[in-house]
Amino acid sequence: MNLKKAFLAVLLMALFTYIPRVLPIVIFRREIKSTYIKSFLNYVPYAVLGALTFPDILYSTGNFITAVCGTVAAIFLAYREKSLVIVALGAIFAVYITGFIF
Amino acid sequence: MKNKVQREDFIYGLKRGFPIAAGYLPVSFTFGLMAVSGGIPVWMAVFISLSNLTSAGQFAGTNLILTGAGLFEITLTTFVINLRYMLMSLSLTQRLDKNMSLPERMLIGYGVTDETFSVASLEQDTLTFSYLQGLILGPVLGWTLGTALGAMICSALPDSLSNAMGIALYGMFIAILLPAAKRSKPVFVILLLSVLVVCLLRYLPLFHWISSGFRVIIATIIGAGIGAWRYPIKEKEENAVKEPIMKQKGEVTQ
Repeated sequence: MNLKKAFLAVLLMALFTYIPRVLPIVIFRREIKSTYIKSFLNYVPYAVLGALTFPDILYSTGNFITAVCGTVAAIFLAYREKSLVIVALGAIFAVYITGFIF
Repeated sequence: MKNKVQREDFIYGLKRGFPIAAGYLPVSFTFGLMAVSGGIPVWMAVFISLSNLTSAGQFAGTNLILTGAGLFEITLTTFVINLRYMLMSLSLTQRLDKNMSLPERMLIGYGVTDETFSVASLEQDTLTFSYLQGLILGPVLGWTLGTALGAMICSALPDSLSNAMGIALYGMFIAILLPAAKRSKPVFVILLLSVLVVCLLRYLPLFHWISSGFRVIIATIIGAGIGAWRYPIKEKEENAVKEPIMKQKGEVTQ
């Protein structure tokens, strides 16, 4: 790995992560009137997180069966409204334990 | 008087950010682990987390660096994965304190993540700079610190454990999604829709040319687009959907 090139890549990544975040906040100050657009924006985070999570979660541990177990554990804990940490740790724990079996 | 309100806002933000920071630890730990075991120096792994402050984008970007991909591909992939922030930031603009200055806005922009956005958009009041500062501080520290720990402990951890940690990021997403989907039928339907679309794009050979970043964008637009059409939010109901997961802000500021 070329360290200089990697560092340049990291700077580019940072820049192109920052641009989409900051542009709307700096440029856009009007209030949106359209009910449709307002509703759309309101629903975006749920749609994004859903699409990011499934089905990728099933490939996240390198073992499909343990990933399914971890997913079930996460869903169970989240349904019981446990905190971010508990859900994340619970999922890791479930994957780790079932990893000894499968 | 004004200072007191600002301090209370800041402290309230810190409190709201704390669970996010704690949730980031296992995820950023995993990132540090992955980066260093792939050959990235510890300082650079930490710098990636501090400068990028994002989950999916920096995982993908770092993977590409490790596989020797070109700068253009790395940049484009990160940008596409992070395009979703544009929608989130746009949504946040509607709730921001109108008096926020340009430098303040530029600082807040840095701290928009899936989780800080979710928590901020669940608040009932206008989002002040003090509150957002507090909200962002914890997650930035948690994300950076977790990366440093993962990067340094890297070699000491058995494979079975480091593999298991791969699920941490998604566990955190589920923790945000499920309580919201439980309370709101529109959110539940939108969630199903976007997952269905992303699965179709992924598994149907017809769509294999679409990269993973674009799959997420398309699924988001279709899911939230149909949702907004079927379940438009009237002014008064707006807060009903954003039913708070944790305690309401009123307690601290009023």
